[in-house]
Formats: sequence, C-alpha cells, structure tokens
Amino acid sequence: MANVTLNQIRKVYGNGFEAVKPCSFRIEDGEFLVLVGPSGCGKSTLLRMIAGLEDITEGELSIGDRLVNTVDPANRDIAMVFQNYALYPHMTVRKNIGYGLKNRKTPPAEIARKVDEAAAMLNLGAYLDRKPSQLSGGQRQRVAMGRAIVRDPALFLFDEPLSNLDAKLRNQMRIEIKALQRRLGVTSIYVTHDQVEAMTMADRIVVLNGGVIEQIGTPSEIYHSPNSTFVASFMGAPPMNLVKAQLDEGTVRLDCGTAVMAAPAGRSGPVTLGIRPEDVRIGSGAARFDIALIEELGAHRLLHGQVAGQPFTVHVAKETQVSHGPQPIELPPAAMALFDTATGARL
Amino acid sequence: MADLTQTAPARTTRSPIRWASVLDHAILIAGAALMIVPLLMMLQMSTIPDAQVMQHGPSLQIGGEFWDNLRKALFQSMSFSGETTGLTMFRNSLILGLGFAIGKIVVAMLAAYGIVYFRLRFATLAFWLIFTTLLLPLEVRIVPSYEITQKLGLLNSWTGLIVPLIASATATFFFRQYFMSVPEELVEAARIDGAGPVRFFIDILVPLSRTMIAAMFIIMFVYGWNQYLWPLMVSTQEDKVTLVQGIKQITQSLEGNHIPEYGRSNVLALLAVLPPVLVVLFFQRWFVKGLTESDK
Ligand SMILES: Nc1ncnc2c1ncn2[C@@H]1O[C@H](COP(=O)(O)OP(=O)(O)OP(=O)(O)O)[C@@H](O)[C@H]1O
Ligand SMILES: [Mg+2]
Repeated sequence: MANVTLNQIRKVYGNGFEAVKPCSFRIEDGEFLVLVGPSGCGKSTLLRMIAGLEDITEGELSIGDRLVNTVDPANRDIAMVFQNYALYPHMTVRKNIGYGLKNRKTPPAEIARKVDEAAAMLNLGAYLDRKPSQLSGGQRQRVAMGRAIVRDPALFLFDEPLSNLDAKLRNQMRIEIKALQRRLGVTSIYVTHDQVEAMTMADRIVVLNGGVIEQIGTPSEIYHSPNSTFVASFMGAPPMNLVKAQLDEGTVRLDCGTAVMAAPAGRSGPVTLGIRPEDVRIGSGAARFDIALIEELGAHRLLHGQVAGQPFTVHVAKETQVSHGPQPIELPPAAMALFDTATGARL
Repeated sequence: MADLTQTAPARTTRSPIRWASVLDHAILIAGAALMIVPLLMMLQMSTIPDAQVMQHGPSLQIGGEFWDNLRKALFQSMSFSGETTGLTMFRNSLILGLGFAIGKIVVAMLAAYGIVYFRLRFATLAFWLIFTTLLLPLEVRIVPSYEITQKLGLLNSWTGLIVPLIASATATFFFRQYFMSVPEELVEAARIDGAGPVRFFIDILVPLSRTMIAAMFIIMFVYGWNQYLWPLMVSTQEDKVTLVQGIKQITQSLEGNHIPEYGRSNVLALLAVLPPVLVVLFFQRWFVKGLTESDK
C-alpha cells in the first residue's frame, strides 16, 4: 500500500495534442480517488500514465517513495481493471487470475491458494474452470477484479470498469468494488464519466475538463461548493441550475429584475447564479418559475421550466402539490453560488 | 384475412421441393463427380495388371493386383538405381511438407509479431516489401534462388530444399492482420501481469492464433508436399526424391521396351494424394474458424 504523488504531470501525444496539461495532486494511502470528466478530457490518459502504459511527457510520478516515471508497468506494483475486462480468452478463470503470479515465479501451491482465496472473496468459486466466453458480463468483471486483487498490489487502477454492464448490475458491482476496496485498504484510482459512480464511491474526486483539473475535493465539497460552472453543471443529476444575473450595488438581480440576494459590494456586471434543484423552495418568494413539464420519479418529482427566460429545474418531494404554469419560488441565499460569467470561475 | 396471413408463411416452409436448392445440389454433385473420376481411375488401374492397361486402355474392370502393387510401390526400389523405395519418397515428401508448413508458420508469426508489436522504424515499409514478394513466385526467381543456394553450398541438402522457400508473404500477411485485431487492452493487461515479449508471444499470442495456425498449416503443408520444380533442381540425389517426382520417373520408363508400371505408379499417386486429404480433414474445423471468426 502506498500513496501516489503527481508533480506537474503532462502528456503530449505524438501528434502534438496536449491531452493532459500539467497537473499535480497527491493520493493518500488507502484512499479511493475518482477521476471524473466528460469523454475525451484525458482521464484514461492520466490513468495510463500512472499505470506506465503511456509515457509521461513531463513531470514526476511517485508511487510510495519511489519515482516511477521510467519503471515498467510490471514493476510498479499496480493492478489494473479494464473497461472491456481484457481477460485472456483461451485461459480458464483460474489461469486468468493466477497468470500475474505465475509470471512472478510464485510457487504453484501458493498461486493455487491465493487464487482460491480471491475467488472465494468474489464468489467465483463455481466458475474457476470456465473460460471467459462462458461467463456473464458481471462475472467477467469479477474475474478481472480477481486478477487485480490476487497480486496484492500497492495500487488499483480502474478504467471505467462498469460501463459495459447494465444499470442494475452496475449499481451492485459499484457497491461490491467499494466494499472490497474498504476491506483490502488498497489505494485506488477509479476513472469514470458517470458522476453517480464518482459521488458514491469516492473518498475524493478529481474533476477533469479538457486536460485540466477543475476541482479536487470530497464528494460533498464538489457537490455543494463547485469551483466553476463546469463542475456545477457536470456533477449532480439533474445538474445545478445556472441562471444569468446582474450584480450591482450589492444586489444580485435576475434578468427580469427581481432582486434575489445581497452580494458583497464593490463589484458589478453580469454574473452567473447557481443553485441546486433541491435547494429551491416553491410556493412563496419573489422569483417566478414557469413550469412546463413535471417529471414523476416516484420518490420525488422534477419540475422543468424557466426562470427569467432561462431553463431551470426544481426538485420537490412527492407530497408537494404542483401544477403547470407560473409559480412563486424562493432562492435561499445560503444555497446559492455566484460565478464569473466570462471565465466560469467561482466568485 | 386471417386465413391469408396464416397460410402464407406456412406455404414457403412446407413446400416439399425447393428448386433453387435442387439446382445447387445438382451442380455440386456434378462437380464432385467430375473431380472424383481421376481418383477412381487411379484406384481402378492399381488393381489390374500393367499389360491390361496397355492393351485395353481405360476400363471398368477391377482386378486383384492391388496388394501386390502396394507392396511394390512401398518397398521395391526404383528401377533405375539402388535404394529409393516408395516409403523413402513418402518420408521425403513428409519432410518437405512439414518443413515448409512449420518453418513458414514460425517465420511468418515472428515477422508479423515484430511488425505489429514493436516500434520498428520501417515496420510498415518492411511489411509492404514482404507483401510485394507475392508478385514474385518461385517460378519467376528460380534462377537467382538457385544460384544463391548453390553458392551457399546448400545443393542436395534438406536445408537447401526448405530454407530458401521458407519466407511466406501470405502467411505473414494473415498473421499480421490477425495480430492487429487482438485488442490493445489484452496486450496491456499482459504487460501489467508481468509478461515480457517472449512470454506474451508464447502464452497469449500463439494460443490465441491457433485457428489461424491450423489454416496456415493446411495451406503450407499442401504447398510443400506438392513442390516439384524446386526439389528437382536443388537435389540430384536419389535419396531425396519426393513422391511427386517419383511418380514421374516411373511413368517415364515407357521409353524402354518394357511396359510402364502403371499399377505401381498409380498406387504412388494415391499415396501422394492421401496426406493432404488427411491434413485437410483433420484441420478443417479450425481452418474454417480461423478464416471466418475470431474468439477474442
Ligand atoms: N494515441 C493518441 N494520439 C493522439 N491523441 C490521443 C491519443 N489517445 C487519446 N488521444 C486524445 O487525447 C484526449 C484524451 O483521451 P482519453 O482517452 O484520455 O479520454 P478519456 O477522458 O478517457 O475519454 P473517455 O471517457 O471517452 O474514455 C482525447 O481528445 C483523445 O482524442
Ligand atoms: Mg477513457
């Protein structure tokens, strides 16, 4: 087990494309870190650099106290779980799990013991003599997990391991992976573009966008105080409402003129106002919410419509009675965040 | 209405004769019959006395000479000199067939492995150079090939018979295409699992390619088994005569005043046909799999 330190890590591909701009962070021993971001933002690139599958263009990467920039993936003491499982199709589950140990000259008796142990942990006991093609997607993913844990590595790397599974299985595996990681206490880096996975699994989240780190923080920090409009709109389903507003004389006004909150004086001009759908109070207040669509989700409802001519969503409990058309809403100042409209950065 | 929709599909499936299918089968059966005629003639001629072939030409009569001819074909030395029997020729053909098949597969797999998996500077260029040799079959380059073999002092040796023809553009091409279709993640998983280049090749790539290997084995074995021109040029020693050459030599003795040994040469011809057929039958299942599907 180990901590991982990235110091100004940068990646430029052969074609000159800068996939990861210099970025630094540190992952503590035993921590579960999730890298999240939209498709193409460089998550896999970053993970693959940590794995050693991709050269690091610039910067320093340490696992434990060891600088590993030029260390071969086999010697970094890591294990990786791939999106498409990457099981060896001609080997049985037993051989798949034991292959890494075999290559490291582990005595056969010890391999057998460790494979059985891992299989028991993952409920794979009954499938040890099957080929991957005779397993379901979830079982294959478990074998891939088994292959990772059997080696007892210092670091687990996951690249969207659940994205090939159906929604139900994904939820189940998500919990299993998290529980397993807790139990083993192995430092883990988990790549996903699914913000629900990120929120539920992570000890800390790194939000990437276009090769740049937008924010690093605990799920709660990321959710409740996003650093930028990007993080605000990427995390959360539905995302944070972002409405254009005017800041003048210490007051924030919606474009329709309604004053919604007091703001620090000394600044004026256009700003973006952000508020989570569940923080909006409906039924009274100064602002007007024009409901166009009511989405029934069982436990709660989502109301979609417009505020000051801009798209807006409100989350209400299932008991709340609502109807289409204009409704008064209140935007509690404590729940609001202000962003610079031009840069998207939090004010 | 209900009646119509129900009977329409039933009519097509229940129809007793589908004429298109009958026609297909007729063509296939006719083709197969045509192909099998020479084989049956060989079989027939190997059962009757040689003189009868001379007197009556082709006939339908089955005689009792087969075992005698088989014995002669296998164990009697060839008329023009000492030791070479049918069995020796059979062995020689086998050496050539297996040598070609195994040698070509090994060389082609290693070449394709290098081209696909290693960052070689001119890998693509090298591949296309290999590929263009498809335009230069043995017959075109036989004189320079012979000259090189001769200068290396490899005439009349198994090395000289096999090695100069062992590079195969076809096999390299097929293996290259196959390796390129192996998912990148598999390679990376093996790297993290600590498999070096040699381990990866032996533990992952070779077992994965087994259907492709079987397909190549059939093609290359038959190619080697049927070689005629090259052995004829490179080897002048009788102990390296192959079946294909041997048959020719027996029928050539027609020029003397004795009757050519039709029975014996037809048995040899049957022997020459047998191994390729067996190889195809044995590897057929993988052959089709190798060329059509991939189990990755
Ligand atoms: N070998 C390469 N050469 C050049 N550019 C590449 C290469 N691999 C990836 N890229 C580019 O780098 C960027 C980041 O790719 P990366 O695979 O890290 O994205 P990602 O965040 O993992 O996306 P996804 O969620 O779709 O997997 C992309 O814009 C991609 O086009
Ligand atoms: Mg990716």
